[in-house]
Amino acid sequence: MSVKLQSSIAADETVIEMTNVNKWYGDFHVLKDINLTVAKGERIVICGPSGSGKSTLIRCINHLEEHQEGKIVVNDAHLDKNLKNITSIRRDVGMVFQQFNLFPHMTILENLCFAPVWARNLPRGEAEATALKYLDRVGIGAQKDKYPGQLSGGQQQRVAIARSLCMNPSIMLFDEPTSALDPEMIKEVLDVMIELADTGMTMLCVTHEMSFARSVADRVIFMDEGEIVEENEPHAFFDSPKVDRTQKFLSQILSH
Amino acid sequence: MADKTLTFKPSAARPAPSTQIKALAWLRSNLFGSWFDTLITLLISAILISFVPDLLKWLFIDATYSGDDAICRINGGACWPFIGDKFQVLMIGVYPQDLAWRPAVSAIALILLAYLTYSNRLRGAVLIAAWFILPIIALFLIRGSFGMQSVDQSSWGGLMLSIMLALVGVIVSIPCGVMLALGRHYGSPVTKVLCVTFIELLRGVPLITILFMASVMMPLFLPAELVINNLLRIQIGMILFSSAYMAEVVRGGLQAILKGQAEASLSLGVSPAKTVAMIIVPQALRHVLPPLVGRCIALFKDTSLVIIVGLLDFLGMIKGAALDTAWLGFQAEAYVFAAFVYWAVCYSLSLYGRKLEQRGPQSNR
Repeated sequence: MSVKLQSSIAADETVIEMTNVNKWYGDFHVLKDINLTVAKGERIVICGPSGSGKSTLIRCINHLEEHQEGKIVVNDAHLDKNLKNITSIRRDVGMVFQQFNLFPHMTILENLCFAPVWARNLPRGEAEATALKYLDRVGIGAQKDKYPGQLSGGQQQRVAIARSLCMNPSIMLFDEPTSALDPEMIKEVLDVMIELADTGMTMLCVTHEMSFARSVADRVIFMDEGEIVEENEPHAFFDSPKVDRTQKFLSQILSH
Repeated sequence: MADKTLTFKPSAARPAPSTQIKALAWLRSNLFGSWFDTLITLLISAILISFVPDLLKWLFIDATYSGDDAICRINGGACWPFIGDKFQVLMIGVYPQDLAWRPAVSAIALILLAYLTYSNRLRGAVLIAAWFILPIIALFLIRGSFGMQSVDQSSWGGLMLSIMLALVGVIVSIPCGVMLALGRHYGSPVTKVLCVTFIELLRGVPLITILFMASVMMPLFLPAELVINNLLRIQIGMILFSSAYMAEVVRGGLQAILKGQAEASLSLGVSPAKTVAMIIVPQALRHVLPPLVGRCIALFKDTSLVIIVGLLDFLGMIKGAALDTAWLGFQAEAYVFAAFVYWAVCYSLSLYGRKLEQRGPQSNR
């Protein structure tokens, strides 16, 4: 419970603010009037059935998807069409993908040094020192000279997390980070994420790992049909969901 | 709970079944497997027996290795002293004999750079820069700049000219092809139309036509004060032609790159231009290395067409040598030698490409 207290202390500082955000893919309305405020250090889990718009929602935050209506403010910077603005927001917002998306033509160490060297203009030596620090933290220091194709899925995802951390982001987005992993590898990735949460990182995580949501999240958001249906702190969310749609989803996902 | 826990012990691995086959069994299964296989085997054997011994006899046994045309005529076989006599002309054309070290040095530099590329000593930007600088230095050396005795372009020829045309063609047309492919794949609608038009226009015209246009028509459209020599015009024509093909090869590679690669790079705050240059293009080129090497080989062979617009490349020199009155009647040797040299260069390129493919992360998959 002490963890919960910390986050409520920091809650006065808003780092992400989405106001009436709408997005369409052609005629398909994916995001409908999304309003979401994230405080510094807050850990949010977003869940919902597939196609509910949860991935699209977090991909709008670093502008991998463009929203058509509404306002998104990240760390006091407006997200608009200004490329310089977008790039500077992206440097501060890390993202971890379902498919890892490591660069297969680079070694693990090169993967980690790429963005610090080419986007932050850090000297290579300094970038490598940071990279090795994070690789050790996720437990892959010994594999630094291998190529991504030589690692297991769980190792690749841990490298991907370390790669994002090398840019020293203030916010981390996770887009179903364990969905492409074999069951025996999910834990090693979740452990890294839990450790990251303990450092006070602001995290938005799309996941179906409900045990992770229960133990780590400050807030759980349930989405369906492009809308935020329900949001609450995890105990209340899991134990007494208010909306029937949420109840149905939880019974489906927790029944097995 | 009284039961003892069973301990799992993996069973010992057995060696794979032997795949060694005796020679006779190999013959039976591969050459005489059925009546049809037997028929084909016998037919091909008959064809080979009918001409291979005669060919070997002409090429080596009855051949003359030293002497002059009179001895050749008595021996009746292939006349190799003829090739020896013409060797320098075939290699460097009428380039001054006492300056022959210049193309020789350039050739050695080329082989050295190819070795450094293969052995991974040079990487990244340095490697790319080296491949752009090499032909420039070679050109200055062969032309004779910086106070050296200059050699007019009209006396460049032979294999040297063929290799120069192909090398400069490849080195310039790959980046042009990459730009065209990027324009076609990622560009705005206007860029896309421009790139597609260029590519389809150039691909729809035979190389001969482009060479004629470069040689004959280009001077008519250029302002009078802008004089570009024939060699450069033809080189430009070849680059344009080759770029269109390279663009289509590279486009295939771009299509194979998953969207997540660009997204990962962009989400790290890397600019779109750097993402394309350092994440997308290197991977795309690696994917299409085999067809890219194929285009290089094709371009080298295509250089033999420049004979039509008055340049004396390797094949041009072969043709000239075959008409020499001192060695009349030995055309066959000249063309056999030409075929051998073209084959040797192209096969080396093909092997080199295969070695490059085997290197790097793809082979670990």
